Amino acid sequence: MRQQSLLRHAGQRLLGVLPTLLLLITVVFFLMRIAPGGPFDSEKALPPDIQANLEAKYHLDEPLLQQYFRYLGQILVLDFGPSFQYKDWTVNELIAQGFPVSLTIGGFAMLLGFLVGVTVGVLSALRQNTAADYATMGFAMLGVSIPNFVVAPVLILLFAVYAGWLPAGGWDGGWRSAVLPVITLALPVIAYIARLMRGSMIEMLHSNFIRTARAKGLPEWHVILRHALKPALLPVISYMGPATAALITGSVVIERIFAIPGLGSYFVQGALNRDYTLVMGVVIFYGFLIIMLNFIVDMLYSILNPKIRYEER
Amino acid sequence: MKSAEPAALDAFEAALTLGDVKGRSPWEDAWHRLLKNRAAVISALLMGMMILVVIFGPMLSPWDLDYTDWDHTNSPPSLANGHWFGTDAVGRDILVRTLQGGRISLLVGVVATLVSLLIGVTYGAIAGYYGGVTDRIMMRLVDIIYALPFMFFVILLMVVFGRHIVLIFVAIGAVNWLDMARIVRGQTLGLKRMEYVEAARACGVENRDIIRRHIVPNLLGVVMVYVTLTIPQVILVESFLSFLGLGVQEPMSSWGALVNDGAQDMESAPWTLVFPAAMLTITLYCFNYIGDGLRDALDPKDRL
Repeated sequence: MRQQSLLRHAGQRLLGVLPTLLLLITVVFFLMRIAPGGPFDSEKALPPDIQANLEAKYHLDEPLLQQYFRYLGQILVLDFGPSFQYKDWTVNELIAQGFPVSLTIGGFAMLLGFLVGVTVGVLSALRQNTAADYATMGFAMLGVSIPNFVVAPVLILLFAVYAGWLPAGGWDGGWRSAVLPVITLALPVIAYIARLMRGSMIEMLHSNFIRTARAKGLPEWHVILRHALKPALLPVISYMGPATAALITGSVVIERIFAIPGLGSYFVQGALNRDYTLVMGVVIFYGFLIIMLNFIVDMLYSILNPKIRYEER
Repeated sequence: MKSAEPAALDAFEAALTLGDVKGRSPWEDAWHRLLKNRAAVISALLMGMMILVVIFGPMLSPWDLDYTDWDHTNSPPSLANGHWFGTDAVGRDILVRTLQGGRISLLVGVVATLVSLLIGVTYGAIAGYYGGVTDRIMMRLVDIIYALPFMFFVILLMVVFGRHIVLIFVAIGAVNWLDMARIVRGQTLGLKRMEYVEAARACGVENRDIIRRHIVPNLLGVVMVYVTLTIPQVILVESFLSFLGLGVQEPMSSWGALVNDGAQDMESAPWTLVFPAAMLTITLYCFNYIGDGLRDALDPKDRL
C-alpha cells in the first residue's frame, strides 16, 4: 500500500520535472537568440560569403523555430553542439573535461559540510544557551554572512602566502591542492546545516517520545543517536537540494580564485567571451543536475518521513 | 489557567474606566520586542551610520573616485598622506572607492529588492486572493521557475543584455521575487477569510480594490521581515557578479568588484582587500541580524 503510493508519488513528481526542463531549455535558447550581436561579430567585418558560410555551418541561417527544434532534438540526444570560442572543442568535450574536477571538489565539500554541520548542530543543541552554544552559533552566522569570495583570498593569504603549508591555487589532482577550495566551499554549508540541525534537534529533545525514551532509563547517547537524530535530520535532508545549487554556484567563484580548471571556470570564460553554445550548454547541464537532485532529495524525504501524505502534494 | 485575583481585576477595571491604562497596538508591541533585541538594535544603528557615511563620505573626501595620486601608489593606510585606507596600484584612494562602491552595493540591494517586492507582492496577492485554478496555475509556474539555477540565469541575462547597472537591478529583481510571491500568497489565503474582507465584498467593493486596500496593507509585517532578509542576498548576488567581472564596470565599482581587485593584489597590498571585504561582511551580518530581530518581533507565533 505504502510502496504503491510512493511509486505513484514518484511518477507524479517525475512528470512535474519534464515541464521544468522544457522551460529551462526554451528560455535559455530564446534568451540567447534575442541577444544583440551575433557570436561572430568582431572588430573587423568578415567578408559576406565567409559570414554566410559560418552561419550555415552553425545553422544560424534557418528560421528561428527550426533552429529551436533542432536544438531541442540535439539536447534529447545529449549533444550540446560545438563551442563558439574554443575552436575544435564541442561543449560536450568541455563538460567532460571540467565536470569531474568540479564534482570532486563539490562532492567533498558536501560531505564535509554534512558531517561537520550535523555534528556541530547536535553538540550545540545539547548545550543549548551555554557560552559554547552562543559562540558556535555566532560563528555559524558569520559563515552564512561572509561570501566565499572573501573567505577564499583570506585563507590563501593565511595558509598559502604567509604559512606556506598549501598551494595558493592550481590543480594537480592531489589532496593538497584540494584542501583550501573544499574548505572554502564547505564553510557556508557547514554553517547553514549547523543552524538547521540545532533548531530541529532542540525541538526533538523537547518532544514526548524523547521524554518516554529517557523515562525508560535508556542511556543518554542511545536516546540521542537512536531516537532523536533521525527525525531531526529531516530538515537537513530537504536542504540538500538547495545546498547542491549553492555549491554549484559557489564552485564558479572558487574555481576562478584557485585557478582550478573545472566547469565553473569554463562557464565564466564563456560568459565573458559571449560563447553562446557553451553558456547555454552549461546552464542546461547544471539546471538538469539541480532539478534531478531536487527530485532525488524529495523522494528520500518521502521515504524517511512516514508522516507525508502523498495525495496532498 | 489561573483566574485573576478579584481585587486586581476590580482595580484594573477602575483604571480602564479612568483612562489610566493605555491600549497598545500590535505594532507597538512589536516595536518594544525589537528594542529588547540588542543584536538587532546595534545592527540597525550600525547600518544607519553606514548609510550616512556612504552617502556623504565621498563628498567630504579630498580625493576623487578615479584620481590617481602618483606620489603615493600602493601606499599602506596612513594618516600622514591623507589616504586613511591606503591606495591601490595606480594610486587611487581606497577609502573613497570603498564608500563609492558601498553606494552602488547598497543601491543595488535596495532597488533590486523593491523590484522583487513589487512583482512578488502583486503576484502572490493575486494568486492567493483569486484561488482556485488561477492560484494553481500561477503557483505551479513559480514552482517550475524555482527549480531553475537562479545565479546562472542572472549571469545569462548579463551576457545577453550587456553589463549595464540598470540591468543588474532588473535582472536580480526579476529572478528574486519567487520567495516573496510564495510568502505573500500564503498570508493572503488567511487574510481573505477575515470578516473585514467579507464585509468589503458584501459592500460591493471590487476585487482589485479589496486587494489594494485591504489585503496588501495587512501583509506589511511579513513583507518587512522578508525585505530586510532579501537586501543582503541581493547585495551578495551583485558582489558575486562584480567579482566575476560581470557586474558594474570601471570606473564605477562595488564592494564585489573591489574585493576582486584586492584579491589580485593581496600579497603586496592586503589593505586593498581588507577594507572593502570588511565593509561588505559587516553589512551582510547586520542585515541578517536586523531581519532575524524583526522576524522575532513581528512573528505572532512567538507571542506566548
